[in-house]
Amino acid sequence: MLDLILDILSVPAILVGLIALIGLVVQKKPSSDVFKGTIKTILGFLVLSGGAAIAVDALGHFGVMFQEAFNVQGVVPHNEAVVAMALEKFGTSTALIMAFGMLANILIARFTKLKYIFLTGHHTLYMACMIAVILVVGGLEGTVLIIVGSILLGLVMALFPAIAHPTMKKITGTDDVAFGHFGTVGYVLSAWVGKLVGKNSKSTEEMKFPKGLGFLRDSSVAVAIVMGLFYIVVAIASGKTFVEELSDGQNFIIFAIIQAITFAGGVYIILAGVRLILAEIIPAFKGISEKIVPDAKPALDCPVVFPYAPNAVLIGFLSSFLGGIVGMLVLIGMKATIILPGVVPHFFCGATAGVFGNATGGKRGAFLGAFAHGLLITFLPVLLMPVLGDLGFANTTFSDADFGVVGIILGNIIKIFVH
Amino acid sequence: MKILVACGSGLGSSFMIEMNIRKIIKELGVEAEVSHTDLSTAKSEKADIYVGTRDIADQLIGLGGEVISLKSMIDFDELKDKLKSGLGKKGLI
Repeated sequence: MLDLILDILSVPAILVGLIALIGLVVQKKPSSDVFKGTIKTILGFLVLSGGAAIAVDALGHFGVMFQEAFNVQGVVPHNEAVVAMALEKFGTSTALIMAFGMLANILIARFTKLKYIFLTGHHTLYMACMIAVILVVGGLEGTVLIIVGSILLGLVMALFPAIAHPTMKKITGTDDVAFGHFGTVGYVLSAWVGKLVGKNSKSTEEMKFPKGLGFLRDSSVAVAIVMGLFYIVVAIASGKTFVEELSDGQNFIIFAIIQAITFAGGVYIILAGVRLILAEIIPAFKGISEKIVPDAKPALDCPVVFPYAPNAVLIGFLSSFLGGIVGMLVLIGMKATIILPGVVPHFFCGATAGVFGNATGGKRGAFLGAFAHGLLITFLPVLLMPVLGDLGFANTTFSDADFGVVGIILGNIIKIFVH
Repeated sequence: MKILVACGSGLGSSFMIEMNIRKIIKELGVEAEVSHTDLSTAKSEKADIYVGTRDIADQLIGLGGEVISLKSMIDFDELKDKLKSGLGKKGLI
């Protein structure tokens, strides 16, 4: 009997369903809602796995072509893709670390001066996953793995909003809301660069700027377009003959385009899965935290700052992307693993870096701050991938700055202790 | 009655706004289905009221529902006022 229970609990989909179930029961929801919510959460996990298979397959073709063309590993950092890939093996520990990590966040906010509740649920999930991977690769297992992982996650959730808060207050003009997005180190870097270079520079919002790039906010479209360009370049570089062997005779350019859009489709499905997984868990987390720590500040996702400086959003994206291209050229020169500029991190994080840079250094701050951010998120993955074990050989990896910083520090500390 | 909140990838911002909307319609005693999603999906999903921050709200126009454009994601009063007038136009309050 015990074996059966353990078997059931080691299925990650059921485990996340159970976490949602507990959250719903604690909130005293009617039984029909509890039942519906639990099933939807399980469904979310299974949908995510389906999307992972599609995205990973398409990305695999990219990797093979890249290797043939340039003789090195090519990596497009993309959180959703790498997490979906990792959850297959690390699903159970990720789910447990996420659930207890949120509890740790509440306790830290209750008993210390770090009064921040991290409400960006998808980043909590991704960070839980990365911590699980690094700790397991480092040799931890069982209860120790879950305890250490949860405390680390809780700390990270309370600490990073505190680091971003001084600039956040400047942007929003209020102390009530905090910033919760794991790209903080990049945003703070941008704000610092802004302070250095931005003397007497006018705010980005005083200039006229075209609105034409609004379609990039539609992230599936943006991913399809930018990945389409990457795939076409790589397909041409690896040669018609090679690609058409891979595609079973399909024209190499058409194959490249279809694979890029297939990748975007896989990510689209993963996002739908993540949405279902979080739908019940985050309101429960928010409700419980409001009861236990009423004076805490909710830390919200990065677009919270976008409406304050729409021009800085666009400048930040373009400039961070430019930083990503320059960084890539440097890596090519060094013959290292090549990190390509992924559109999602450069858009969301680059835009945020632009807003932070603008807050301290006007348009010069927005431009140069976001550029520095673009360089940072290109170089961090190179150092992060070696501590991710088998996952470090994938064609994608964690993209945003804090994943890099936390992962590199944690992965190298654990090496000292375990070996 | 369906209210759909949209943002870039439909994960964080729109979810926070959705939770605030749930709070508001509960206060107002209005029955409505509320959900959140990304921009691509929003464009193919029918709703009576679409909600987005002002930097993306333009892209929700012409989908057949009332569009609420928010200056700020964290201003609860702004959301409440605009939601009230939106619900009013739909004849619900």
